[in-house]
Amino acid sequence: MSHAEVSAPPMRLGESILRVSGMTKRYGSVVLDDVSVDFRSGEIHALLGANGAGKSTLCKIIAGLTPASAGEMFLRDSSYVPTDKADAEGWGIEIVQQELNVIPTLTVAENLYLRRLPRRGIGIDRKRLHQQARVALARVGLDGLDPATPAGGLGVGERQLIEIAAALDRNARVLILDEPTAALAAVEASRLIGHLRLLRDAGLAIIYISHRLDEVLAMADQISVLRDGKLVATLPIGRLVEQDLIRMMTGVQGAALGREHRCHRRETTLLRVRGLTRSPRVCDISFDLAAGERLGIAGLVGSGRTELLRAIFGADAADSGELSIGQEATPKLFSHPRQAVRDGVAMITEDRKSDGLLMSRPVRENVSLIDLSRFVGRLGRIRTGAEGTAVRTRAAGLELRCRSIEQPVGELSGGNQQKVAIAKWLDHSADFCRSRSDMPDASPRIFLFDEPTLGIDVAARQKIYELFESLAASGAGLLIVSSDLDELMQTCDAIGVISMGRWVTRFERDAWDRESIMKACFHHHRRDTAAG
Amino acid sequence: MRGAQETESSIVGPGRAVARWPIANVYRYFGLLAVLGLMCLLFGLASDRFLTTRTFTSIANQIPELTLVAVGMTLVLVIGGIDLSVGSLLALGSAILGVLMVDRGWPFWIAAPIAISVCGAAGLVNGVVSIGAGIPSFIVTLGMLEIARGLALLLTGSRIVYIGSSIEFLGAPPGGIPLSPAFVISIGVVLAAQYVLVQTVMGRYCVAIGTNREAVRMAGIDPRPTAIKVFLISGLLCGLGGIVQASRLSSADPNAAVGLELSAIAAAVIGGTSLMGGRGNVISTWLGVWIIAVLQTGLAQCGFSDPSKRLITGLVIVAAVLMDAWRSRRWN
Repeated sequence: MSHAEVSAPPMRLGESILRVSGMTKRYGSVVLDDVSVDFRSGEIHALLGANGAGKSTLCKIIAGLTPASAGEMFLRDSSYVPTDKADAEGWGIEIVQQELNVIPTLTVAENLYLRRLPRRGIGIDRKRLHQQARVALARVGLDGLDPATPAGGLGVGERQLIEIAAALDRNARVLILDEPTAALAAVEASRLIGHLRLLRDAGLAIIYISHRLDEVLAMADQISVLRDGKLVATLPIGRLVEQDLIRMMTGVQGAALGREHRCHRRETTLLRVRGLTRSPRVCDISFDLAAGERLGIAGLVGSGRTELLRAIFGADAADSGELSIGQEATPKLFSHPRQAVRDGVAMITEDRKSDGLLMSRPVRENVSLIDLSRFVGRLGRIRTGAEGTAVRTRAAGLELRCRSIEQPVGELSGGNQQKVAIAKWLDHSADFCRSRSDMPDASPRIFLFDEPTLGIDVAARQKIYELFESLAASGAGLLIVSSDLDELMQTCDAIGVISMGRWVTRFERDAWDRESIMKACFHHHRRDTAAG
Repeated sequence: MRGAQETESSIVGPGRAVARWPIANVYRYFGLLAVLGLMCLLFGLASDRFLTTRTFTSIANQIPELTLVAVGMTLVLVIGGIDLSVGSLLALGSAILGVLMVDRGWPFWIAAPIAISVCGAAGLVNGVVSIGAGIPSFIVTLGMLEIARGLALLLTGSRIVYIGSSIEFLGAPPGGIPLSPAFVISIGVVLAAQYVLVQTVMGRYCVAIGTNREAVRMAGIDPRPTAIKVFLISGLLCGLGGIVQASRLSSADPNAAVGLELSAIAAAVIGGTSLMGGRGNVISTWLGVWIIAVLQTGLAQCGFSDPSKRLITGLVIVAAVLMDAWRSRRWN
């Protein structure tokens, strides 16, 4: 790796490269209020804050995606006012956003050089393209990747690295990363972080947004904490611990957040899964979920966790296996989510945008969607008054922040969107199931959570953990899939591990440790390599 | 509960009352009404015959069939589909009516329900094939466009069937009142469809399906029956439209209503219905029908030739689609 290529003009490490002063942004209300930060080359500078604290807005201003309402920026003493993203890139400032811009049908090399493909005559100079691409890929540690591979086949982590490689190839001096590890499994994330460290040592200034505090503590040199649009502090990472960060972000004493775990597990089995199979990702999985139990599902990305939940829920019909719910004697399989919902099963999906919420529709319609029959009055008319009251009560119970329940869900922050996604099922379980006369006393209520805190800030996350507990206390069974093992260890009574679509083992709360769970995640990977 | 209400408002905010029947948030129609008013003003200045009662009653009596078809189209567009077969189905409906009444001598009250049912069945086929087999409705209804037109031509032997004055009672204004029963029926259909779309569970599902069909499925609701019903409704309204048209022309023309699907889509889009699904309003569509009709009539009265009429209508449609794109950009 060549230092000269990464930072075009030679510079000393630790030198201030980008100075932001008095930055203010108003969208109706003030979302960024007089923020001044100094970003230095050769440093990873983490921006922390709850959702809506202004981190992303600050980054967008720096990257030229949105103009500031007031304030100045200086790029090594010269005034810097980017007109748009391309202009910012010309200044050496690059942003890699959460939503990746890799085009799946093009090759890796074409994605890297999309805007400046080397020409030969009227065609593309493939040879030169691939040569250049190999150099660019090596810079982020993707030496082994063939530039002619279609980008669609790559994992999220690799796509992220490709975007970073493209940014570096355009001579980035400041690299902004908005939650780069949110969608990555632990292994991929730590690889990405390793590369970022190397780039930092090569003199790049990295601005890094993440909700994973352990990660920030492990890798950042400086942190700036934002709260409600204001800068709380900029500090060297020094000897800060997680509680300090949480305190600064929330303004609340950390002690209140780290709550003790209480087990609400009961004797009765709520969900019995036997031999559930949906090839290729779910192979012969069997386990039990008790009433009041919070069972975490750990596994690597691609190990079949989401597919397991979808097969239980009937979103993808299973090939074979059986489920039994509650006291029901006859085992079954769901072939449509409708059947699962009728039996009291709820699923909160990972990707709220694609299959969780109606983004352009108001909060009200999203929360009430599942069981509208309650509100139907004369002539089939939905009594919107009663509907609104029910939704408002539910929203208030979850401390949902929105202008009104008529606000489109797409305008809410990630944490609040997740609350809406959960709220609709709470209403369903409270009223819809209980109205079934054939239900036994302990009405089965099973919640399948897929990455419930993805992209959600610390405060909202705590709220969701509290919700898990209250659901468990009420006798519901929770199946929680998460890539964040700490999250599972904090919230669950037991953790089941799956590896390559197969059930490995189950760890009970008193008898688990991080290392053995991680080892179990790789269980079938190792056996396969040993066999091969 | 009083106390709880108050703590909520700090977090949730005061939920303003939602859509009210029959004409929700009247201000949402101001834009279309303003366009309509402006057009009338311009045509009124250009031609002294335009701003007369006669112009408007004759428009009102001409638009019922487009209105009926556009209502069905709006519902189909809301669920994220499209129905290209409406023009042909309308011709099929009128052909069946004509053949049954003239060749078989059946009375209107038997022939009309049969014609409507056959068109409904064709709509059902559209729905079952496209929703059931997961084929884009664009392709399925394109096939139905040809099938229905072929059937209409076969039934009538490719000739116009003259039915006579026995069915004019629907399309012609009765003595004393300048508006036809067909116009009144079309208004009733507009209001009923708007009620269904805005006020009922079915309407809510339609909007939800058009917004995000997978999210609806994952909410434990089967989107297919609702979507199929919408295609059925579109078919039924085409049949009704065919009868209205036959009544207005006193005959069944198997070559009638060619390209009507495009006018219906145009009316819906001018009214703000999204081609991407998830957004639509039947009353706005009706105003869209008026805009198209006033434009046609006004341009004709001002002496524009047929080609220039088409050109200007095209420009108006493109402008409406641009506005639609601008509105939906917020979500993409």
